[in-house]
Amino acid sequence: METITDKLGRIGGVNLLPVAVAVAAFVLIGAPSSWATLTVAGLAMGMMVFLMASGLSLIFGLMDVLNFGHSAFVSFGAFVAASVLAALSGWLGADSVFLNALALSLAILAAMSFGLAAGWFFERVIIRPVYHDHLRQILITMGALIVSEQIILAVWGGTPITVPRPQFLEGALILGDVSIEIYRIFAVLLGLVAFAGLYVVLNRTRIGLLVRAGVENREMVEALGYRIDRLFIGVFMAGSALAAVGGAMWAGYETLITPALGGEMMIVVFIVVIIGGLGSIEGTLLGALLVGLTANYVGFLAPKLALASNMILMMIILIWRPNGLRPAVK
Amino acid sequence: MKQSYGYLAVRLCVFAIWGLLCFAPFLFQDVRALEVAARICIFIVLVASYDLLIGYTGIVSFAHTMFFGFGAYGAAILLKQMGPGWDAVALGALAGVVVSLIVATGVGLLSLRVKAIFFAMITLATASVALVLASQLSQFTGGEDGITYRAPDLFKPATKLLVDAEGKVVKIFGVSLNGKLAAYYFVFFSALALFWVMVRIVAAPLGTVLKAIRENEARAEAIGYRVVAYRTFVFCLSAAVASLAGTIYAVWLKYTGPDTALSFAIMIDILLMVVIGGMGTMWGAVVGAVLMVLAQYYLRDLMGVAADAVTGVPLLPELLNPDRWLLWLGIIFILLVYFFPRGIVGTVQTMGARQ
Repeated sequence: METITDKLGRIGGVNLLPVAVAVAAFVLIGAPSSWATLTVAGLAMGMMVFLMASGLSLIFGLMDVLNFGHSAFVSFGAFVAASVLAALSGWLGADSVFLNALALSLAILAAMSFGLAAGWFFERVIIRPVYHDHLRQILITMGALIVSEQIILAVWGGTPITVPRPQFLEGALILGDVSIEIYRIFAVLLGLVAFAGLYVVLNRTRIGLLVRAGVENREMVEALGYRIDRLFIGVFMAGSALAAVGGAMWAGYETLITPALGGEMMIVVFIVVIIGGLGSIEGTLLGALLVGLTANYVGFLAPKLALASNMILMMIILIWRPNGLRPAVK
Repeated sequence: MKQSYGYLAVRLCVFAIWGLLCFAPFLFQDVRALEVAARICIFIVLVASYDLLIGYTGIVSFAHTMFFGFGAYGAAILLKQMGPGWDAVALGALAGVVVSLIVATGVGLLSLRVKAIFFAMITLATASVALVLASQLSQFTGGEDGITYRAPDLFKPATKLLVDAEGKVVKIFGVSLNGKLAAYYFVFFSALALFWVMVRIVAAPLGTVLKAIRENEARAEAIGYRVVAYRTFVFCLSAAVASLAGTIYAVWLKYTGPDTALSFAIMIDILLMVVIGGMGTMWGAVVGAVLMVLAQYYLRDLMGVAADAVTGVPLLPELLNPDRWLLWLGIIFILLVYFFPRGIVGTVQTMGARQ
């Protein structure tokens, strides 16, 4: 006999949760135009958070390393991109879409390369000596987070920095009575591209196969003769670069950034990773979308509750599924 | 190992610190020094209670300042609403402890369902919500500005504890016996009592069970100790002690705000103190707290001098700026975790104990 759970499982199971949240919000909000705006905002936020969180999730899944300093990459990405954009502000203001896009790509590229380099340094110097020791890992990465925050303060100062946006991403699309910021659409698209790229690499390539096998059972992969620590440093660097890109996107989204940005995003990223389940990018995407949507809907429906909405969401999901929605680590 | 020289040295050092703290008002006669001494007392308790978690049981929590804040805000709100009085302090302490226990039980039970590593993340998230709530619910907590209130009358600087024939405050060694002194000794003796209780707890069989859980959770469970129950219990215990420390601090400071009671910076301070002093030993809390608080107050001055000395060199003055002192502490912290994971006390204790 087929139960409702089975039926739901066949058409997508937990993947339907964001849809369910969106439908529930549609009923509660009542006004389709504000609902559409909020949904796009939620998706955009979710996609940017996904960029930041996916690396953390994979790093933990593959090597059992919990990097509390992950948000440092987010902040560094944001500030590096902001500096590059500020330096190229002439190109940003220009009428040519090509120059705009070039400046933006350069900023994102700068953030990404910085993330790669910082990730390499971090893995080598900070994390390598404390594999397999969670307590010291947490302490050391926390220490690294403190140091990175202080470096940001020393280099960029404590005052908020305005981030210029490229001309062609300014403004909003008007569809009927729905207005959608172009930047948000861009964020969603970039997030989708990143997700698709990760998905293909993880599911269609040999390296991806090894990564997934390593998440599943590290010792076995090592016993078969693969150098999982080399693989891991690659994953670590890629994850850091993604976090930096997420930070860069977030900087453009907020347009005003402070050194506290990393700390604020860290909480959200952790919640997303916990909700999604460690080690799987599908889970992280799901968690990120849920968090993004809930944050925006609740912020509209009950602003007082908005602060706690992510926490409440996490608690409900943990009580229901203690290992997160789609964990890869058993 | 018990009788090693290092062990004795640590004991002596800790007793000397408590002795100095006991006579601090007479030994260091200026306002700032008294402030430092009181802060050291409070942080010894706070760090020791955190060490119960991280050092003895191996639980990493980032919500310790939240409990500290509960105690502080409990006393602050009631002192503001009910006016200065001992009933307000007692009620505030009680309220703080009750709220802490409820939240600690909730967080403990919820996070015990999940992987141990989630615990750190969940406490971090809870603490950040508490911080945001404190700044949002401004009608109770005063928001970002915090609350200013008056302490019980006994602690007013104008209060005369002892008067001589002419009605003036009696002075001993040049220190007038006024309310400020009473307030300091209130802080000192409460801290000493709480610290003593914790030392007894870890020396009791309970402490041994906690260490067993830290060393090998599965084996402790197999011997027949309910790991989950012990963990939740010790989390609640340390939350209650932290909350009481918060109340004492609130009475001493006569001001409570997010920066003094709830901010993440305090959590980082506690972490640094535990690691510098040495995890898994109560004596380490004393050493760590003393060193860190002294550094906070006096290292900054030193850095200011150093920054002035190197003006003109690029980036260096910026890095030596007194506001950047956390940068250096962070680096020291990382190096300590690498090379001396047992901290100062842990390292010294094993000295002279080689077989």
